[in-house]
Formats: sequence, C-alpha cells, structure tokens
Amino acid sequence: MTTSTYAVLSEGLEKRFGEVHALRGLDLAVAAGTVCGVLGPNGAGKTTAVRLLTTLLRPDAGSARVAGHDLVREAAAVRSRIGVTGQDTSIDGDLTGRQNLRLFGRLHRVRGPADRTAELLDRFGLTEAADRPASTYSGGMRRRLDLAASLIRRPEVLFLDEPTTGLDPVSRTLVWDVVRGLAAEGTTVLLTTQYLEEADRLADDIALVDRGRVAHTGSPARLKALVGAHAEVVVPDADVLTKAAAVLDRLTGGQPSFDRERNAVGVVSKDPTLTLPLLVRALDTAGVPLLDASLRPPTLDDVFLRLTETGTTDTVKERAA
Amino acid sequence: MSMLAYDGTAMLGRQLLRIRNNPGLLILTQTMPISMLLFFGYVFGSALAMPGEAYRSFLVPGLLVATAAGGIMTGMFQAAQDTHRGVADRFRTLPMSRAAVPLGQAAADVVVTAAGTVPFVLVGLAVGWRVEGGPLQAVAAFGLLLLFRFACTWAGIYLGLLTRDEEAAGQLGGATFLLPLLSSAYIPTSGLPGWLRTVAEWNPISAVTTALRDLFGNAPVPDGAAWPVAHPVAGSLLWCAVLLGVFVPLAVRQYAHGER
Repeated sequence: MTTSTYAVLSEGLEKRFGEVHALRGLDLAVAAGTVCGVLGPNGAGKTTAVRLLTTLLRPDAGSARVAGHDLVREAAAVRSRIGVTGQDTSIDGDLTGRQNLRLFGRLHRVRGPADRTAELLDRFGLTEAADRPASTYSGGMRRRLDLAASLIRRPEVLFLDEPTTGLDPVSRTLVWDVVRGLAAEGTTVLLTTQYLEEADRLADDIALVDRGRVAHTGSPARLKALVGAHAEVVVPDADVLTKAAAVLDRLTGGQPSFDRERNAVGVVSKDPTLTLPLLVRALDTAGVPLLDASLRPPTLDDVFLRLTETGTTDTVKERAA
Repeated sequence: MSMLAYDGTAMLGRQLLRIRNNPGLLILTQTMPISMLLFFGYVFGSALAMPGEAYRSFLVPGLLVATAAGGIMTGMFQAAQDTHRGVADRFRTLPMSRAAVPLGQAAADVVVTAAGTVPFVLVGLAVGWRVEGGPLQAVAAFGLLLLFRFACTWAGIYLGLLTRDEEAAGQLGGATFLLPLLSSAYIPTSGLPGWLRTVAEWNPISAVTTALRDLFGNAPVPDGAAWPVAHPVAGSLLWCAVLLGVFVPLAVRQYAHGER
C-alpha cells in the first residue's frame, strides 16, 4: 500500500469536542483519481472528517496523508493541493462574484487570475451576475460560486461537503456534471452526502460512516449485494399471511417482516438466483392467493438503513412505534 | 516575508473593495467625529472656562486621537464578524500566510482612517483650528496618529477573534467610547483630582493627544504630568510599541489557531 496510489489515506483519526467524540478512529482510503462518497446519518462525523482532512481542524489522534503530504506536519503543502467547498458558503458576500474569484486566484498564486475567473464564471453560469455582490445571489448561485472558488487552481483532491444540499434540480445537475468532468480529468473527489442517489450516481466507492467510524466500504454494487434484494407480497386477507411468510422463509432463509395494515409480508433475499416468476410460482403452488408481489433490487437507502447502527436503531424504533 | 507582503496586499485589497461596495458604515463612522466636534465645540464648549475657539483648537487633536482609539471597536467588530463568515474557513484552507488576514484588515483600517481624517480636518479648519507649528511636525503628528490607529486596531482584532461574537463585540466595542473620557482628549488633566489625574495621564490616549497638540503647536506640554504625557512623543511611540508587541503576536496566533 503506497501512499501515491491513495489521494487520501487516514489512519485512526480521532476528534473530540468536549464531551462529544465526533470521530473515533476514522480509517479512510481514497484511491487517486476516483470519486469517494462519504455517506452517513446526521452526526456520523462526515463534516468533522472533511474539516480534519482539509486542515481546518487538528486531529486529537491518528494521522492522514492528503495528496501525498502529512496533514499536520505538511499542512501548507496539503493546502496548495486541495480544493474545498464546505457546507456553509465560504465566499465573501461583500465582494462581487468576480472579485471573490480574483481574490482567491491571487491567494492561490494562479497566473492570470482574470482569465481563469472569466472562464469559471462562464462555466458556472455566473457571467451575468459576476459584478453583483455575492450577498445578492440565490442559494444555488452562491453554491456554484463556492464550487468555482474551489477550482480556481485545479486541485489534486477536491473535498465537497454536502455539495447539493438545498439546491434546485438545475444547480444539482450542474454540480454532478462538474464532479464527473473533474473525475474524468483525474481529480480525486471526496464528497459527503445524505442523498443516496447522489452517491450511487457519482461515487466509484462509498465509505459508510457511522458514529465516527467507517462502518463499511466498497462500490455501490458491493454494498447493495451485502444488503440483498427486498421481496414483498400482498395477500387479500390476514389468514394467509403466515402461510405466505412460510414460503418466503423457505425460499430465502430470511427473516420475514409483517405490515399487517396492508396484509403484506416482506423479506430480504441475498440469493441472486431468486427471480420474481420463481417467487410467484412458489407462492401459487403453495396455494397462497396474491394481490401483489414485488422483488426490488436493493437501494442505497436499504444499505444505509441496514448497515449503520444508527439506521438499525431508528428502524427498530419505527417498527416498535 | 514576501509571502506575507503579497497575501497581505491581497487582503488589503479585499477590505478596500468591501468598503467600496458597501460604503454606508464608513460614512457613518467618519461623520461621527465631525458631529462630536460640533457638539462638544459649541454646546459643551460654551460652559467651559476656555474660550470657544481656544477649546475647539484644543479639541481637534483630542477628537483625532479619540477616533483613532475607535480602531479597537472597528477591529473587534470586523474580526468577530469575519470569524462567522464561511469565507474565514476558505482562507484557512488556502496556501496563504496566516498573518495576512489580520494584517490586511489592520492596513485597510489605516488607509480608511487616513482618508476619513481629511474631511474632519477641513471641518476643524472651518471652526478655527490651525496648524501652528512647522509642516514637518504636522506630518509627524499625522504619522503618529495613524501608527496609534494601527496599534489600536490590532488590539481590537485580537479581542474580536477572542469573543467570536458580533453582538458582544459590538457592545464591548461600544464601551471604548468611554476610554477618551478618562484622558486629556476632551479636557485638560491638570484640573482632575490627584489619583484620577494619574490614571488619566497613564491612558495612552493622553500621551498621543498631548503629542499631537505639541506637534501641531496647539497647546504646550502640561507641567507636572506623568511620564508618558511629560514626554509625549517618546511616550506615544512607546505605547504603540507596547500595544503592537502584545497584540500582533496574540492576534496572529489566535487567528492561525481558529477553532482548532
């Protein structure tokens, strides 16, 4: 495991804020040139992880290398190789869009900051608003300017903390296109998100963060396979529900869960050979009348709910309620 | 060092652009000393033992220095405000000099103060104040004034970074209006009771005010004053050196550490 193949490599990162143990040993490895989606519930430590990896916070324990440089000892070298867009807009509202980008360009030692500024304003659809104070921008425009500011000097590693939270669909699509474009050009992107669809669409790898640790890692497909597909049948009356459950149990070996209001029973199947016709045939043979049957491939929502402790406890609570 | 100069200049430019884009606050802060000159000079001045024009001549250097001490307030407010803006985070992730942000703020403040001094001086001339000493001394007086402003702003920046709360900074900063009241800015300290006079004369504002009055030739150095007032130019320079020596490193350290 050489550091050069990993754009981000952290070992045992810990951070406390008083009583709150935000990170409890975060081990993260992001291969260079890939998009890594850091997924997790609120309070899992996603933002703290980004703030540590971008030198905004100092770790209490553990170490990390970003773009080949030690986070603490070589913070300046790290800073000159990364781009950051945090959750809160990090642009100066008193300056215009153009003035913001020129300032950051100058501070990043960009040659010809005016040209680069014009190019980015155009790319992010801000040319028309370029000479208005950024405080008059809409949320979407501000986020786009923020992203443009992170790209003023092409970063080796780009950190995006919930880049599309609260964005309109047009801005969201733009952000996605930008991320894909950067990845195609070889920039490593680490993005945190609560939108599973976003991670599914953009990320090569997902790190599922829960309670300050990485709970699972892998490609979206691998994580979904870990969780399995969800089979559900709806029957006309409650009497046959148990019978249906027995068939599902026999087919999948999973633990059936009931939704008695809808006379439905569902089960998780990790057997890739199970198909909908097979399922329907088995139930029909057993004499179970069916109103509806479905076999849904797992979504990242399922991954999220089933592979994080937070997700599991929440679901348990929901079921109990 | 060249990195600090380069980044500091960029940050100075940022502050000046902010003011140009949003000049309201600047106009407000600059008209304040002018209205104080008119109120103090004509309203309070009418009840003082000193004749009107003499008091206004006495008051102009005092108000210049009192306004310069207001750098504590503006420094605090701006620094506290900046820590709450997301942009402070961006600066911290840039490969720039850590000291450039506070330096740019303090330098911009001096530029603005220098510009704001012009209308105030014109009103001063209109109400009877004159430069009665040599031109070199007058230039030295303005230089000293700006140096004092620079030092006060650094003190404010440190306090602003420490409180991190715009509202608290605003209120605490407002209290700096009281500082010139216990100095020779508005009244001669010779009339104060013994212990109060000592306190007032050890107020840095008194030393700088006395130095300005001396350099402008408006009033002689009072007899029997405490050391910084009895040697006003040396006293003022020393006060500035102490303020800068204490608050520049503190502010830079506080800024670099942020919330880490």
